[in-house]
Amino acid sequence: MRKLHRKHVGVAGLAVVVGALAFAAAGCGGGDSSSSSADWQVPGLGSTIDEITAKAKDEGQTNLVIWAGYADKSWSDEFTKTTGCKVITKDGANSDDMVDLMATGAYDGVSASGDATLRLIAKGDVAPVNFDLTPNYTDVFSGLKDQSYNTVDGVGYGVPHGRGPNELVFRNDILPANTNSWAPIWDGSQKGKVSIYDSQNFIADAAVYLMATQPDLKITNPYELDADQFTAAVDLLKQQKPAIGKYWDGNTYADQVTTFKSGETTVGTTWPYQVNLMAAEKPPLSVTALKPKEGTTGWSDTWMISTKAAHPNCTYLWMNYIISPQANAKVAEWFGEAPSNSKACDYTTDKNFCTTYHATDPSWWKDVYYWNTPTADCGDDRGEVCKTYADWRAAWTEIKG
Amino acid sequence: MLLRLGTGLTLAFIYLPLLVIAIYAFNENISQTWPIEHYTTKWFRVAWEDESVRSALLLSVKAALGATAIALLLGMLASLAVARYSFFGRETISFLVILPIALPGIITGLALQATILNVFQPLGITFSIWTIIIGHATFCIVVVYNNAVARLRRVSGSLEEASADLGADSWQTFRYVTFPQMRTALLAGGLLAFALSFDEVIVTIFTSGAQQTLPIWMFTNFGRPRELPIVNVVALFVIIASIVPVWIAQRVTVEPHGTTGGRG
Amino acid sequence: MSSVPHAEPPPRGNPRRRLSSFFHRHHHVRLGGLLAAPVGWLVIVYLGSLVLLLMAAFWDTEPFTNDVVRHWNLGNFRRIFEQDVYRNVAWRTIKMAGLVTIADAVLAFPIAYYMARVAGPRKRNLLVVAVLTPLFASYLVKAFAWRTMLGEQGLVNWVLGPFGLSAPGDWTSLWLTFTYFWLPFMILPIYAGLERIPNSLLEASADLGGRSVRTFWKVTLPLAFPAVVAGSIFTFSLTLGDYILPGLIADQQFIGTVIYSERSSGLPVAAAFAMVPIAVMTVYLLVARRLGAFKAL
Repeated sequence: MRKLHRKHVGVAGLAVVVGALAFAAAGCGGGDSSSSSADWQVPGLGSTIDEITAKAKDEGQTNLVIWAGYADKSWSDEFTKTTGCKVITKDGANSDDMVDLMATGAYDGVSASGDATLRLIAKGDVAPVNFDLTPNYTDVFSGLKDQSYNTVDGVGYGVPHGRGPNELVFRNDILPANTNSWAPIWDGSQKGKVSIYDSQNFIADAAVYLMATQPDLKITNPYELDADQFTAAVDLLKQQKPAIGKYWDGNTYADQVTTFKSGETTVGTTWPYQVNLMAAEKPPLSVTALKPKEGTTGWSDTWMISTKAAHPNCTYLWMNYIISPQANAKVAEWFGEAPSNSKACDYTTDKNFCTTYHATDPSWWKDVYYWNTPTADCGDDRGEVCKTYADWRAAWTEIKG
Repeated sequence: MLLRLGTGLTLAFIYLPLLVIAIYAFNENISQTWPIEHYTTKWFRVAWEDESVRSALLLSVKAALGATAIALLLGMLASLAVARYSFFGRETISFLVILPIALPGIITGLALQATILNVFQPLGITFSIWTIIIGHATFCIVVVYNNAVARLRRVSGSLEEASADLGADSWQTFRYVTFPQMRTALLAGGLLAFALSFDEVIVTIFTSGAQQTLPIWMFTNFGRPRELPIVNVVALFVIIASIVPVWIAQRVTVEPHGTTGGRG
Repeated sequence: MSSVPHAEPPPRGNPRRRLSSFFHRHHHVRLGGLLAAPVGWLVIVYLGSLVLLLMAAFWDTEPFTNDVVRHWNLGNFRRIFEQDVYRNVAWRTIKMAGLVTIADAVLAFPIAYYMARVAGPRKRNLLVVAVLTPLFASYLVKAFAWRTMLGEQGLVNWVLGPFGLSAPGDWTSLWLTFTYFWLPFMILPIYAGLERIPNSLLEASADLGGRSVRTFWKVTLPLAFPAVVAGSIFTFSLTLGDYILPGLIADQQFIGTVIYSERSSGLPVAAAFAMVPIAVMTVYLLVARRLGAFKAL
């Protein structure tokens, strides 16, 4: 064993600590300015469709963040065969998760809901889309184009995927078939058996219920809540908490099928996707899913491309493919949502699909409040007093306890 | 006797869930209820034919090899320093080496991701097999280090001094005296490090970007009802594949002349 | 010792020999050379990353984009102290970590004792492999296996049903699952620690008139205690930071799950809350060092 002089170790130690701090300081330098200029183009993207098709064969894949079920093998395999691009997907748990995943710059594209799109645009994580390079865009319903959640200053940032409502679902042996209200999930009658979506967006669902049950709060937009309205919504949620049996999100949606099957949960919020899965069980689950009379929250999704996409050409081909009539019909039926392409209605296996899912009926969507990001600016004469996304986030953690 | 019973029960407790997984790999039905109605081996073929599974397996093996190599080198160097020298801050080194494995994985993961996003990416380096390897190597070091230090402490340094007295230079002493004594400890440590890296998911979630190692593939697919049967098959494969390096590592660290203490 | 191939020491003027002599005289340079790579790696890559993360705890979040704004302030810490939920979650996690550690220590001791002092060499090797293997059996799959087993239609209910019992509630299920997951981490250090106890000490105790139970309490257990503490470092730390199991098995918020879910909507708050497990583990590690755990690792 050899002895060592203290001072030698001291010097070495100091050098090493300085090195670590310098390393950390390197992470400090170079401020991150996230400007949302409309001139963002994605490096490596071809300028004509032929060029894109050719370059895509070299890229060989596209990495997408999706909502569960949006890229099933039934239609993505065909895409891979024609374009040579593998489709590698990651299901987002909720919009926050998706924004976070896109921020890493590791993914090429995302199917973002309205509460993620504007944030992605503001962060500079997604690029404007050149609709000349996605010819199927012309057939998209005009009611989905140029919306506030996918278009900024006249510049479009994605192709619409489709839209749908968050539905009430209940077991037919627990609640009567004519149940048409959200009351069962709020009134504590199904104690310990309620199944709820795990995201602070759910505060908006509370607000929607309050619009009907406490009209004196004067809530008009469930995403723009001032202090009183917000407190009321949070109180309602805290009161609901003991009744909640299980949470679910974009990664654990299949568990909702299992818990409804076993009776562990009997009522809750759901996506039409799980309803389809429940119907596909052997034997099919006896449940009912609907949009209650108070209205509901919903989503209108947009496919967007990352500014840092490593495979932009495959991604553009995917965006064009998923909104093509045949593919859009397939995904709409698979998931249970209204398609974005007007021609898709001719390709659904169920000829009444578009009618059942209200794809061509704008009035049905009037009380479906698409997911949105809350901001301080209430957007009306109240001014800047509304609760921000950060407030919602903090409240949700507190509600979950 | 009571001790044997306790041991048996504990082993049963440890292996029951693994048995359940193994049985589910043969479940024909997609839903995971119990008891199982129909058994089949078809999912094994489906898993093998799934290209994403094969790529994930390849990536896992490559990353594990890389991480093990780095961990071996750094662990060996650190163990030599700590076991053969006495210096101010020696215990701090032990503390430092164990920190990556003692602090919760989410903190290590978030920290490494913060580095990748704020230091690497501005320099043009992005998520790649190297980011995975860096993460794994950092906590694999301790596995190699512990094994090597334990061995070096058991074998005194007098042989090395004798070698120097006989005229060998540092490199020769290391090559002909120190290294052969450490060899099996390094092998054991390396095998354990490989297994650790191969199975890791907690930190890899943050360092892999869009890439999929086998555990990440499972993480991405275990919520998807139609992929669940394949996940079970992959899980069974991972269990069996880990037995081999662990078993070899154990065989290799058995002392032929008995240990100090214990049953001596 | 294996046979050494015949090797001549290099001649006097040889550069390698000169370098070697230099290192021999200035052994602190050699030590520095040995330590440079590993310590450099750990400090720069690991500690540097930690520092980067923890700096974010003092910064702000832009309320719309959730980007980190480099404006130094203590707001995140104030929020963690003022909002009850953080304190409740932290306390809940620490409580669970303690319960899991105790359960693991109790479960691990018999098998470790058997392996170290009773089993023959071949059985011992088999047992070590048997204990180590599940460690590498994929975290996620074990998690899902437990979730399935504890579900309404799972194995546990199927077994207990005929007796009129039912699967345990959320908290107990989670405790059971954590105990299961970290058990090997406790068994191995205790096994190593028990193995190290020289027979001579136990014989001396018997010679002095101590019966086997008394020897166990007064000699074996105290000598094995540092090993138990060493194992507890892992069971405690792993429970403290886990972000997958609490949500999966019990649908409850623990430190890990809160950090994980808050990370996307505001890294600074997540980083500030991450200081809690770091602080707890630092204290734990210092206490463990005092109790001699590091020598037992």
